[in-house]
Amino acid sequence: MISIGLGHYLTLAAIIFTIGIVGLFLNRKNIIVILMSIELILLSVNINLVSFSIFLNDISGQIFTLFILTVAAAEAAIGLAIIVVYYRNSSTIDVENIDSLKG
Amino acid sequence: MLAHAIFFYIFAFIAIVSAIMVTVSKNTVHSVFFLILDFISISCLFIMIGAEFLGMIMLIVYVGAVAVLFLFVVMMLNVAQQKNQWFSAKESSKHIPIGLIVSVIIFFELIIVIGGWKYKPDVVSAMSLPIDQDISNTHSIGYVLYTDYIHIFQLSGMILLVAMIGAIVLTYRRRSGVKRQGYFNQITRERSDSVEIIDVKINEGVKADD
Repeated sequence: MISIGLGHYLTLAAIIFTIGIVGLFLNRKNIIVILMSIELILLSVNINLVSFSIFLNDISGQIFTLFILTVAAAEAAIGLAIIVVYYRNSSTIDVENIDSLKG
Repeated sequence: MLAHAIFFYIFAFIAIVSAIMVTVSKNTVHSVFFLILDFISISCLFIMIGAEFLGMIMLIVYVGAVAVLFLFVVMMLNVAQQKNQWFSAKESSKHIPIGLIVSVIIFFELIIVIGGWKYKPDVVSAMSLPIDQDISNTHSIGYVLYTDYIHIFQLSGMILLVAMIGAIVLTYRRRSGVKRQGYFNQITRERSDSVEIIDVKINEGVKADD
């Protein structure tokens, strides 16, 4: 328990990943919280990459984390822009009411 | 080593609790605050484990930009009606048990994989980019990022550019009744459209509305 190894970090990443999945599955009201759950999932992937990079003594994991950060920032910007446009058009962002594509 | 363990458990506990609070808190603004807390504790873990550059970048990018972007959007939309109440939703509570079951199964699969996993014996010799312990973390990332990964680095810049253009194009709204500058009309204007040479007769002058 005292010496913190790779397994501890991987377990932490697994827990945060599962919390993100739970938020993604169970949330039916607020689409912003769904975007935040996606951010949590990306964060857990970053934890995995960084801890492997440190414990394997190989720098490429941190490089990949940098690129994941870039893509996550772009994704958040585009997603929030889409939410703003949707809210402007239909004045709601309830996930239950977003069903225009239903036949 | 003991201090390392204690700090790891403190930061991990804060991260997990705030991640739970992100998904279950009723107010969206509180969710954003807990997301910020989560990112800060994870970046503290990164700094502690030896990836200082990524920890700092995480603070700047997530707490400084993404979380503030979330806060702006929550502020712009009408949050008072958009409560996050998936515990008390009545019609849609059918999916909650099956979602919980699937999530628990995913979690146990991940734990099984973590518990029963070993390195292949030759993985250490197959390392491509070993960390040089004599130079700092930022130096070693820079040496690799600007040489081996330069094309992917440029590509990520292009991704950011496209995201910026996309966000602007999506949220740009053309209002009616506002006078605007017509760049094309300004540039394509020629002398023959606007200036005219008139023969003025002596002692008669020019009328103003000619």
